[in-house]
Amino acid sequence: MSTLEITVSVNGNSYTETVEPRVTLVDFLRDKLALTGTHIGCEHGVCGACSVLLDGVPIRSCLMLAVQADGREVTTVEGLTQEDGTPGILQDAFRDAHAMQCGYCIPGMLIASEALLRDNPDPTLDDIREAIGGNICRCTGYVQIIEAIQLAAERLREANR
Amino acid sequence: MKPAPFEYARPTTIDEAVALLDDDSVVIAGGQTLVPMLAMRMARPDRVVDINNIPELAGIADKGTEIVIGAATRQVDVLNSALVAEKLPLLRKAISFVGHTQTRNRGTVGGSLAHADPAAEIPLASLAMDAEVTLRGSGGERRISVDEFLVGPMMTAREPDELIVSLHYALAPAGGRVGTGFHEVSERHGDFAMVAAAARIELDSGGTCRTVALALAGVDARAMRIPALEAMLAGQKVDAALLSRAVAEIPGAIDPGDDQHATAAYRRRVAVALSERALADALRNAEGGAA
Amino acid sequence: MSSTNLRYVSRKRTVREDKRFVTGKGKFVQDVALPGTLHVAVVQSPYPRAEILSIDATEALAMKGVRAVLTGDEIAAHCDAIRFGLKLPEVKWYPLAVGQARYAGEWVCAVVADSPYIAEDAAELVEVDYEPLDPVIDPEEAFEETERLVHPGNGSNVLYHGHFHWGTVDEDFAAADETLKFRVRWGRSSTVPIETFGALARWDEGTEILDVWASIQMPNFVELLSSTLRIPLNSVRLNQDVDVGGSYGVKRGIKHSVLVGYLARKLKRPVRLIEDRLVNMTSGDAHGPDRIFDTEVAFNKDGEIRSLKIRALDDAGAYPGRAPFQLAKPISAIVGPYTINSVKYEAISVVTNKTGQVPVRGFGQSPTNYMVESAVEKVARHLGMDRIEVRRRNLIPADAFPYRIPSGSDYDSGDYQTVLQKALDAADYDNLVRRRDAARAEGRLAGIGIATCLEPGGGNNIFEYLMNPSAEITTFSEGAELRVDPDGLITGVVGTTTSGQGHETLVATIIGEELEMDPDEIRVVHADSLNSPITRSPVASRMAIMLGSSTAAAAQKVKAKVMAIAAHNLGKPVEDLEYAEGTVFEKGDPANKLSWKEICFIAHKAYHKMPEGMEPGLQAQHVFQVPGGGQLPDEHQRVQIYPCFSFQAHVPYVEIDPKTGHVSVLDYVIGHDCGTQINPDIVRGMVIGGLAHGIGAALYEKFQYRPDGQFLSATFADYLMPSVYEIPMVKDVEHCTPSPLTSHGQKGSGEGGYLGAPAAIASAVNDALAPLGHCIDELPMRSHLIEALINDGNTNA
Repeated sequence: MSTLEITVSVNGNSYTETVEPRVTLVDFLRDKLALTGTHIGCEHGVCGACSVLLDGVPIRSCLMLAVQADGREVTTVEGLTQEDGTPGILQDAFRDAHAMQCGYCIPGMLIASEALLRDNPDPTLDDIREAIGGNICRCTGYVQIIEAIQLAAERLREANR
Repeated sequence: MKPAPFEYARPTTIDEAVALLDDDSVVIAGGQTLVPMLAMRMARPDRVVDINNIPELAGIADKGTEIVIGAATRQVDVLNSALVAEKLPLLRKAISFVGHTQTRNRGTVGGSLAHADPAAEIPLASLAMDAEVTLRGSGGERRISVDEFLVGPMMTAREPDELIVSLHYALAPAGGRVGTGFHEVSERHGDFAMVAAAARIELDSGGTCRTVALALAGVDARAMRIPALEAMLAGQKVDAALLSRAVAEIPGAIDPGDDQHATAAYRRRVAVALSERALADALRNAEGGAA
Repeated sequence: MSSTNLRYVSRKRTVREDKRFVTGKGKFVQDVALPGTLHVAVVQSPYPRAEILSIDATEALAMKGVRAVLTGDEIAAHCDAIRFGLKLPEVKWYPLAVGQARYAGEWVCAVVADSPYIAEDAAELVEVDYEPLDPVIDPEEAFEETERLVHPGNGSNVLYHGHFHWGTVDEDFAAADETLKFRVRWGRSSTVPIETFGALARWDEGTEILDVWASIQMPNFVELLSSTLRIPLNSVRLNQDVDVGGSYGVKRGIKHSVLVGYLARKLKRPVRLIEDRLVNMTSGDAHGPDRIFDTEVAFNKDGEIRSLKIRALDDAGAYPGRAPFQLAKPISAIVGPYTINSVKYEAISVVTNKTGQVPVRGFGQSPTNYMVESAVEKVARHLGMDRIEVRRRNLIPADAFPYRIPSGSDYDSGDYQTVLQKALDAADYDNLVRRRDAARAEGRLAGIGIATCLEPGGGNNIFEYLMNPSAEITTFSEGAELRVDPDGLITGVVGTTTSGQGHETLVATIIGEELEMDPDEIRVVHADSLNSPITRSPVASRMAIMLGSSTAAAAQKVKAKVMAIAAHNLGKPVEDLEYAEGTVFEKGDPANKLSWKEICFIAHKAYHKMPEGMEPGLQAQHVFQVPGGGQLPDEHQRVQIYPCFSFQAHVPYVEIDPKTGHVSVLDYVIGHDCGTQINPDIVRGMVIGGLAHGIGAALYEKFQYRPDGQFLSATFADYLMPSVYEIPMVKDVEHCTPSPLTSHGQKGSGEGGYLGAPAAIASAVNDALAPLGHCIDELPMRSHLIEALINDGNTNA
């Protein structure tokens, strides 16, 4: 099987790598680029643990071939941390609300929440449910995650006042 | 769950794509249904043809008598389209039940139609709307109804060398009042429907039913229209009692199966209930001027 | 134990583990990268029961990048069968099928290659010749079966069949006004973490140590691994600083770990096996209880429940795993929170041609609670009594603790009536009833659920002895360690893995509380198994109780040493001194003092200032044995099992679409009492998270098999887990009756709402169906089952 050279921008950095066409984007991010923050939960597009932003829009990276990301921009959970290494407002809100336990689904939740709050600074409960409706958490029962997103929204509105 | 090896092609025109299609190749659009099948090795193509870089395949255009939606148009773009909201409300209602935000950001309307899951919402709504599909193959282009296109479970009339190019949704002629309704039951929000009903009623100015369409998903080998029911309602002044009698035609017209999610008996009864609700919504919307 | 004057315990404080998770810096087993690692894919049996006639791996081995193909025969020749705690010599469990495949999906070969992609490619090329046999799938059939034996040498499909008889059951039944018989069925489900099981092993020839990294939550893991591999116990080093992506009991992958351990030693390369989701669901041996209860309840006309006769038949799958013991642990709370006088309990564990069970959150307590609550609900319905009133008449009163139940456990403390009332108040119960009735008046089906249940915590595997008297094991302890360095900085140790319970935060908080130091300044590390204190791992809702208490005791030892050093240097007896945030000063003359740093320096560096005979340094260890443990059962098989009992009262509100049977859980209040909460956010997460698991088990989740043994629930499109849409904004209210048995009055909360939510949802659904005269007695209560109850015989067809 032939391999292809692709160039992908991830968290603002450009990477040129050679991949087999069958390698998924999530495997590419984790194995080739050692960005292990994005997680594999099902490899068939249901659990959402693999969520990343593709050109700013949340997608399931287990359902995309790495070769399809050629020339595109990807943001992973690592890209949500600020340049100086400190967590952003959203990440801090998740901590303050203890919106996790095992941490495995959290990168996907953060990506989904990031996309929501960027487009909708004052989301309703229904808006929040729709944003994270495709991300399964087995630890929290979602209540503290919702509270974290509401807290983050409030703090972001404050910061942008 | 790693796919078996395959070659990859990324054409930039429709004709380039068509030239690459054969028995051993498969088209990837959004990948939301194809990639799981590759991962589970249920699909083992020699070649995957990526159609995401063909500009003519995406877009929503108002052609006056019909709306044309490119096969590779993302579901999210159809959902958010003001044109679709205004002129194709049944399609919009259906897409709001499809998957989740992340899947709609990549999934395409053409991809859903090509997959032809008997429980899927986009083929269902398209069938109810008498939509048509343009296919282009090595022999040229053809345009057929969605009814002709959907053959069976995950089976369509598409030849191996054909690409779905666009979907066509006819716009209602002026003078009538159109109302739509869409109901589905799934165990969880966003799952494939166990049963889904899509209804479209057009009333004339006197309140008589000019056209009626009722389609069901999850109740047979493919999405189904119910001609016997439609015949009972067409040309009539529709009320709750007539609707009740009309939906009684449904159990005899469908052949649902048992699976681990629902029994055939359940699907029959629920098809009746959801159809009644969808038709009632469509009637109310048509009468009230909403869509 | 008083919970007043606490500085850090019970205060809202950030959970320190969360920092690495929000930045994507968690270290899960799949993130551990060792150079030269090989990857395993498995070849699975397509048949639920078949003779394995031959295996031909020639083509697979010829593929570039393939290093080995392992069969069951090779593993059986070099490793012991995996022990499972019962003496059944003819039931042999190996990581790969030996001679026969015993369930659809069972692992027959392990293919090892340079990448997971190549391993999977090669696995398809292994040719296995099978002779299919008739499988036995139904557990009631399996129990009676004489021909279709899953383990022929065992003579039957019965792993265990025991009878327990506590108290005057026959007399109580004879004397009671009424009796009721019923059957309830708990469907095969599990807690299915989002991270699958994975293990990585590396053999170091120089040190003769097998390093293991695994997504593991299992007592005796290292013991079992080393004995199965036939290497010394202290040749295995489990690296416990691996973050486990959720477990709730199920991350037990012993067969996975044996495989990678064996292969790493054989191939002299690190070897990794990460389950993909299909393998995990089908053949990871991580299913949960699959249980039929036939119960008879004896009660009086005033609602007082006197006695229970219980028969529990559980389907273990093809290999025992821990399945039989999931029938025994619930003996710890066999009467629930009620003053039931006597119990007969017949427990049966059978094998069938399905994948195996692991402990699932509560280790059988949730199914048992569901059965007990069903009894209460049926008594109420039969008598036409209010379900809350029946419970009030039977709940153990607050002044009766410690309360001895018929099977021998003492419930340590509780105030069940108050917690129930708090939950009802928080639910605004009278208005909730009005809301339900208004919905009904509009033609909707609506119901309120009530469930009052216990969460035993603390652990104590004496229940194994009840099933296997040759296992005289009465120790169930947890060790803690803390060190203060010459600069006065503190490091605490967790001797096991963590899967979201926040053990680092737990240890830091307790040390900080005892030593009056800011927990955020205290480092906590996960030791590996070669330098870890004694541990029995975070099962049984035990870590706050056990690690919390042992950590407190170790910290107190450090504090005592600090006081002694200070006394010696200040020239005063210890009774004349006071300790405040690390400084020790004379009560009458506060200027006469030593600072923390000064004391630490003396301990480490100034031997000439140390009390005579005192060891240098400032560190302590403590091993805490489980309270009430250390005894064997008496002649009636009565014994204290778990020490501490948390209590929960559930009040969900549901509506059901009468045409589709679809249940919506619209509101949910849970009242919860786990004694002193070490970290309130952690507790809340467990309560609500467990509750969500319970909603899944009640409404959606089931591992289904066709009658021919084919497995139907291998993907997340088939096995449905609640998303945010299915879980309401749960309202939780707290109460605290401290335990007298632990360092700060804390009880367990790790199993959380899972122990009562299934019973509560069943109660709500049945309340909604009650006006139609229907009742559903199996979980999960899928839409089509409910709809059929409502509409069958009432169709348009």
